[in-house]
Amino acid sequence: MSSKKLKLLSDPINLNNPITVQVLGICSALAVTVKLEPAVVLSLSVFFVLAFANVIISLLRNTIPSRIRIIVQLVIIAALVILVDQVLKAYAYDVSKQLSVFVGLIITNCIIMGRLEAFALGNKPWPSFLDGIGNAAGYGLILIIVAFFRELLGSGSLWGIQVIPDSFYNLGYENNGFMILPPMALMVVAVIIWVQRSKSKELVETN
Amino acid sequence: MDTNGNLYTFIYASVLVIVVAAALSFTALQLQPLQEMNVKNEKMQNILTSVQVESTAETANEIFTKYITKSFVINSEGKELEGKQAFDINLKQEYKKKLEDRVLPLYEATLDDGSNILVIPLTGKGLWGPIWGYIALKSDMNTVFGAVFDHKGETPGLGADINARWFEEPFSGKTIYEDGKLIGIRVHKGGKGAAEAAKDTEHGVDAISGGTITSKALEEMVFDCISSYKSYLENNKK
Repeated sequence: MSSKKLKLLSDPINLNNPITVQVLGICSALAVTVKLEPAVVLSLSVFFVLAFANVIISLLRNTIPSRIRIIVQLVIIAALVILVDQVLKAYAYDVSKQLSVFVGLIITNCIIMGRLEAFALGNKPWPSFLDGIGNAAGYGLILIIVAFFRELLGSGSLWGIQVIPDSFYNLGYENNGFMILPPMALMVVAVIIWVQRSKSKELVETN
Repeated sequence: MDTNGNLYTFIYASVLVIVVAAALSFTALQLQPLQEMNVKNEKMQNILTSVQVESTAETANEIFTKYITKSFVINSEGKELEGKQAFDINLKQEYKKKLEDRVLPLYEATLDDGSNILVIPLTGKGLWGPIWGYIALKSDMNTVFGAVFDHKGETPGLGADINARWFEEPFSGKTIYEDGKLIGIRVHKGGKGAAEAAKDTEHGVDAISGGTITSKALEEMVFDCISSYKSYLENNKK
């Protein structure tokens, strides 16, 4: 794999991360990150939808009438999302119940539309596929980090299993109920952005 | 080829929509039996959980036939109606009707020790969407044997916890009548409510902190649904 292609994969994970740099897809970062499990399943679903939508749009890119391209993109995304939803309902009923409406809301995830419009419409299928999984990985990474801290500090558990020992609670430690509320997801994302920018100076705006 | 012409655009859109629609309907039809089976299994598992019998999706059908010895349908006056299947009734639709017109399903379980438990299905509205559940009563038609709840889309980590065992378990042993009056089960909010819950040991359970609206909705659902069965409960008290 050439270094240019590799960059398609690695850039969205760090220097061009959809959530922390482009500030897209924040809505679902708020909604599903109370617990680790739904965050992971949603990341995987977005992974699938984004990779395939990118490839399909890239294959069709020379045939799509530019006046209706947004609608075409939406139809493809919606079809893939419904597919994911149906498959989850049939084969992973418990998880699909947990995620409920959030799977459907992948349709409105700005990252997906953004990648189709900005990348897949102008590139060949293979680079588009790499761009898709790169961005989905960047998105999933942030979601999982946020969910990790929110579940740990908010509920004292990880993946639904209690990890903070009872002796801590006996000493007066309490779960931070704040972490369960949506605004704290923004705070955690903000801390991640802070850490990221102090490590990669090129991301800091100068004006 | 001119991809911007009107005719091309029109044909493109039509073909795309037809292809996508066909693909989706095909998948939906293929997966439908599996999905319906999941829903049915889950319903059986829920009913079994309310009478405190453990089951998995694979064993649900078998265990259900073993323990649920009778399922029947009554009207609001407590009279048994013939020719209806309790399991197939759409509870949500029934509760939209007036009390007199409702067709109310009931399940009777016979446990290993020979005791009979009555299971009442519940349905109501939570904060974001429907909530539902099953409450099982001992043969005095007053003491709760067990309860199970579920929801469509309550807030994860907050209201969504109504389906957690730690929330459901305290319902066992509570009574739904207070001094001869039907009151259901009270759900007390944390803080000041926790003190009230501690006093109200016979009819009250602790609410979910942060999930007040869902907890209150659940309290309402339990009361409303049990009320529909009031005549039956009072006629069949032992």
